[in-house]
Amino acid sequence: MMWDEMTRSVFLFLTAFLASGVEMVEALTIVLAVGVTRGWRSTLLGAGAAALLLAGLIAALGPVISQVPIGALRIAVGGLLLVFGLQWLRKAILRASGYKPLHDEAAAFEKERVEAGRAATHGSDPVDWYSFTVAFKGVFLEGLEVAFIVITFGAAKSHGVTIAAAAAGAAFVIVLAVGATVRAPLSRVPENTLKFVVGLLLTSFGTFWSGEGAGVSWPGSDAALLGILALLIIVSLVAVRLLRHERDLARLSAAQRGAEA
Amino acid sequence: MRWVIAFLRFWYDFIVGDDWLIAAGIVASIAVTAVIADQGINAWWAMPLAVIALLAASLRRAVRKASGEAQAREPS
Repeated sequence: MMWDEMTRSVFLFLTAFLASGVEMVEALTIVLAVGVTRGWRSTLLGAGAAALLLAGLIAALGPVISQVPIGALRIAVGGLLLVFGLQWLRKAILRASGYKPLHDEAAAFEKERVEAGRAATHGSDPVDWYSFTVAFKGVFLEGLEVAFIVITFGAAKSHGVTIAAAAAGAAFVIVLAVGATVRAPLSRVPENTLKFVVGLLLTSFGTFWSGEGAGVSWPGSDAALLGILALLIIVSLVAVRLLRHERDLARLSAAQRGAEA
Repeated sequence: MRWVIAFLRFWYDFIVGDDWLIAAGIVASIAVTAVIADQGINAWWAMPLAVIALLAASLRRAVRKASGEAQAREPS
């Protein structure tokens, strides 16, 4: 029983930490690009306002959600995590097999920097609304999914919100510290691999909780999470291999058609 | 009205994402699992199977779309 509790808590911390870390790396790229190009004051104001709004969202929705009956809540939470998890996993498999370009923080930074440089200057206005809006939007949109993950984890497990919020906080401190030190996009973070891992973890939790909510009793109780994760890892790796093979064949036949023409 | 549409569109994109099949499939899978469980059968295998089937179907759709776009770009 104790081990079951431990398994769930460790999984929960790891998932929230990695999901938050990956999204924060993307938000940091936007904030850095705008800050370096147009100045830091308005950029940090925008990023701070978005962070406050996200914290307010967690604080407001967390207690409301905990009033919902646990069965219905697990279905809703499991369903939502499954939707997020499968989207992450789908994209990660498509990226790993070459059907979707890999996410590149250096390229994203350059694109944001060029756009920020082209935008009109703010003249005598004390706030640069371009910097504020871009930083706000970047941090809010990247953080919204993490906020939902924290809220849903908190709803589906006692002390879950504390564990998930602690994990998100730890990721925030680490990403911010590294970002402040290097003052460049964190392009060496293995983002695509991390997204793969987050997709697997979210999908595992989603499968587990939606099953419980639907009235299923998992063999091995919480330890079934490990079984679901193992199954998803195998299925995903097989999918990557099959899709890579299919892509290679398609390229070969396209090259042959080109040579014949 | 434009704000309402933009608001709804944002939440649709946020929750449903690139492929509506995943969201619809998950709702249907949970409902079917609940119905089976209600009959007294411990259908713990139903959700993992449904998740794998949904992932496979969504990947197939994405690959078809990507291949179609690649062929359209090829010079004739």
